[in-house]
Amino acid sequence: MKFSFSSEQEEFRSNLRRFLGERSPTKEVRRLMATDAGFEAAAWRKLNSELGLTAVRIPEAFGGQGFGFGELCIVLEEMGRSLLCAPFFSTAVLATGAILNAGTEAEKQALLPGIAAGDTVATLAWVEQPSRWDAAATTLTAKPSGSGYVLDGFKSYVLDGHTADLIVVLARAPGSSGDKGLSLFTVKGDAKGLSRKLLKTMDETRKLAHLDFKGVEATLLGEAGAAAAPFARTMVEAAVCLANEMAGVSDRLREDSLEYAKMRMQFGRAIASFQSMKHKHADMLVDVELAKSAAYYAAAALDEGDDDIVAVASLAKAAASDAALQTAVHAIQIHGGIGFTWDNDTHLWFKRAKSSEVLLGDAHHHREQMMQHWAA
Amino acid sequence: MNELTEDSVRADVRAWLEANWSPELGLVEWRNKLADSGWGVPTWPKEWYGRDLPQAFQAVVDEEFARIGAIGVAKAGIRTLAAATILAHGTDLHKEKFLRRILTGEDTWCQLFSEPGSGSDVAGAVTRAEMSGNKWIVNGQKVWTTSAHHAHWGLLLARTDWDQTKHKGLSYFIIDMHQPGVNVQPLKQMNGHASFNQVFMTDAVVEPEFLVANVGDGWAVTTTTLMHERRGADGLRTWAMGSDRKGRAYDEERAEIATTMEPYKWYPQRAGRVDLILSRAKETGHLDDPVARQEIARLLTMSKAAEWTARRARAAAQQGKPQGPEGSLGKLVASHIARAAARIHTQLSGADALLTGADSPLNGTIAEILVSVPATSIAGGTDEIQRNIISERVLKMPKEPSIDTTKPFRDVPRNTVR
Repeated sequence: MKFSFSSEQEEFRSNLRRFLGERSPTKEVRRLMATDAGFEAAAWRKLNSELGLTAVRIPEAFGGQGFGFGELCIVLEEMGRSLLCAPFFSTAVLATGAILNAGTEAEKQALLPGIAAGDTVATLAWVEQPSRWDAAATTLTAKPSGSGYVLDGFKSYVLDGHTADLIVVLARAPGSSGDKGLSLFTVKGDAKGLSRKLLKTMDETRKLAHLDFKGVEATLLGEAGAAAAPFARTMVEAAVCLANEMAGVSDRLREDSLEYAKMRMQFGRAIASFQSMKHKHADMLVDVELAKSAAYYAAAALDEGDDDIVAVASLAKAAASDAALQTAVHAIQIHGGIGFTWDNDTHLWFKRAKSSEVLLGDAHHHREQMMQHWAA
Repeated sequence: MNELTEDSVRADVRAWLEANWSPELGLVEWRNKLADSGWGVPTWPKEWYGRDLPQAFQAVVDEEFARIGAIGVAKAGIRTLAAATILAHGTDLHKEKFLRRILTGEDTWCQLFSEPGSGSDVAGAVTRAEMSGNKWIVNGQKVWTTSAHHAHWGLLLARTDWDQTKHKGLSYFIIDMHQPGVNVQPLKQMNGHASFNQVFMTDAVVEPEFLVANVGDGWAVTTTTLMHERRGADGLRTWAMGSDRKGRAYDEERAEIATTMEPYKWYPQRAGRVDLILSRAKETGHLDDPVARQEIARLLTMSKAAEWTARRARAAAQQGKPQGPEGSLGKLVASHIARAAARIHTQLSGADALLTGADSPLNGTIAEILVSVPATSIAGGTDEIQRNIISERVLKMPKEPSIDTTKPFRDVPRNTVR
């Protein structure tokens, strides 16, 4: 197993951090999060053409850069640090993952180059119930119709679902249940019969939508009735990616509150010189470094085909959820009253920590997944 | 000279081992060969029993020793700290007199730092060393001294100047433990074991050439020893095992381990028995309990993440990169893990957690875990000290104003434990 980044990877990270720092200052985050779209299409396309972010993990044969999860997760960690308002997780992790895991060569050839070029905003729609992140809970149906299918039902909590050009949808054959009869489909964002509603979200930097499907024409992705395995794989990958994003969120919260504690004077001293403050920061560093180790390990485990990847991915997600939340709580505490105000930036990352904790299943859910794998 | 590669190092050590290793050699005889060849401690300097190899090749050498079952140099315990300290600060006389016998295992060592009035505040030592005639005369009491009862030599921190400030009045000595002025008493712990000793020094004698570095430079030498101690703290959770192979050298190594590792049998760091958790949960029927499952998963998460953090630090070190924050956390995390493990073992054991000795589950092991855990947060520098180190050295947070470092140590208020 690989336990360190190569010098190329480190250079990639530092360039990316500088770039995102310039393009995504909190003033810009605040401006974009207040818009309905949540990002600016032209700016996102420009950034993508410069850095090729959505292309990172797409194979070269499909117009991508052909890197692995190691590199993709570096992007995600930096996205977590910068809170760049862009449909990256939905496009590059969820939709790209589903297409790579389920699609045929021809389908990949048709769908991926647009994503790699940064022209197509895509997402994956699978959740219906707020507490169920698994495929078995799917009720949206797909019926054969002519040369394709029509979808009926709804999906919710769809990342960037209101703006996506391409939506990958998990659906089931009428009358099927559990993991049987599940298929993935692609639907155009402006398809007839599809209505999309932006949901009001606590974390405004991560837009979610509710989608209603009334006889929406859809194209099968991959093999009919065989989506359970590729979908499950996509969720494992997404958990690892989100864990890395949360590592970035945690580290940023930790660094910002450290900087504040060194600067803020009380009782004639910088508050960073008080032992209670120092011990809190040491504990935060422990949480963040452990979460990073788990997230990095999980990314390497995906690239190296580790047999325990299901458990490792859940471990990383659980560790990162707890670390991000705990760090966010400490960060506000360290800032004191100002940390609880809208004008202070801490809440932006606090809310991202919260939304990432819930997204894809919370820490309890992932600890249970881990135990099912390791203690069966 | 040809460029060293992993392959060339592997070929060299393999050829040497095949020509020289035999399980029928005496242990000391074999380790003298190791010392002469440099393969026992390949990263040490050539003139002192090593081969000047970069750290990155250590793993290759270890693999070749393991492949053929060859015994390495004596490692366990404070010897490692003594060797590192002497290599960094010792005179040629120290190196000649001590290093070879450390490697062969003929000498064992102990570390005389902590005192009843200064545990984690090691620099607050009040054991005094005074020149009388041509010798240093030592008086004072040390505590938490692992292996003192069988040590030949001690690493001693003592105060030589009371008019200097706290850190400047200290000197570092090597003291002969086998002398009438040194009295070693075992210190029984709450878990019933005696992993440590108290050491009373009454007019004990140190030869002048056994001063390490200069008079007044003891603190710098001490930090070298402590740095190596912290680095090694995490490894003690796994019990050093002798080989079960046949042969004279193996027999002698087993006897050596039985002696030198005995104090570590229930050393605090071993309290975090994560390895027992899943099998115990199965045994006690708790694998079906959703609350227990969550707790166990939390512990496994912390323990795996800690292991991977240590691997990150090692990988960085092997590539010659500067140590990142991940390198400083091991000791603190190990005590978090031990506490969590004890809590879960209690949960899994139910009323059996009330029992001890042979009546306690796993023939006493569980009881040992439960009553050993407080020590993990204290030994080798308390959790609080570890947090200070992390915040001040890694995060560069300002030190708290201190009132004990600027005035003569004579005037510093302190405990008067006798």
